Amino acid sequence: MIGRIFPHPLLSVLLTAVWLGLVNKVTPGNLLLGAILGILVPIMTAPYWPRRAKIGRPLRVIEYFMIVLWDIVVANVEVSMIILFKRNRDIHSQWVTVPLELTSPEAITVLAGTITMTPGTVSSMLATDGSSILVHCLHTDDPEGVRDNIKSRYEWRLKEIFQ
Amino acid sequence: MEFVSELLISFFLVVAGIFGLVGSFGMIKLRDTMKRLHAPTKATTLGVGGVLIASMLYFLLVKGGLSFHELLITLFLFLTAPITANFIAKTYLQANLRPSDLPGTESEYGWSVYQDPPKRSDEE
Repeated sequence: MIGRIFPHPLLSVLLTAVWLGLVNKVTPGNLLLGAILGILVPIMTAPYWPRRAKIGRPLRVIEYFMIVLWDIVVANVEVSMIILFKRNRDIHSQWVTVPLELTSPEAITVLAGTITMTPGTVSSMLATDGSSILVHCLHTDDPEGVRDNIKSRYEWRLKEIFQ
Repeated sequence: MEFVSELLISFFLVVAGIFGLVGSFGMIKLRDTMKRLHAPTKATTLGVGGVLIASMLYFLLVKGGLSFHELLITLFLFLTAPITANFIAKTYLQANLRPSDLPGTESEYGWSVYQDPPKRSDEE
């Protein structure tokens, strides 16, 4: 019964929060409207999203978000340095294949997004069976190091969150 | 107090401006599409982020009220920037590169742009 009214509780909370952010003012009326949206939208979209990801540890999400935020700041500085102070022929761009242990599409999406936002890497393509991801490095002389860093820093955390 | 808050806001605006400029400069300097992709997806994130932090500080310290719009802009930016980059990368791969130009996948299937997916066993 509860599962029917709230097919996806976290999505409901998120939608309500986004609604309150959009109207930019917390009043009882806005909260009510946000709550109605937060209940109706997940019910309407549930049939289109049958194999929903389960968030195992919500606290880990916050930790992950903080780490990624910090890495984005570092990434910005690193990429800026490469752009400003390296000559074009000294920039060694490479393709790196990162084999994936994650299986849920939601987790892989988050990982691909994270890779694009962080130090000198852009995720470009998945293997057709989703078993590995193709990453383009702006500048690296150590492709194994990049791969291990992605796996140890992001992937195992996502594995804990989504399983 | 007013001086300190103005200093803080200007600091973030200047930092944002510098990173935005470097990101745009990267688009000119770097020589091929995949390298160019790195400039707007990263250097610009901190550029936009700095403006948003400055805007939040402005509303908090000068106008005396909280503003949530900036947090939403950050959220939407994080959702859209990687997807756009991924689309551009895939289009580039499709048009300009062959599978032999890329490293292998470490499984029996190839990359998704060049090969159809295998049938899923759990498909209803």
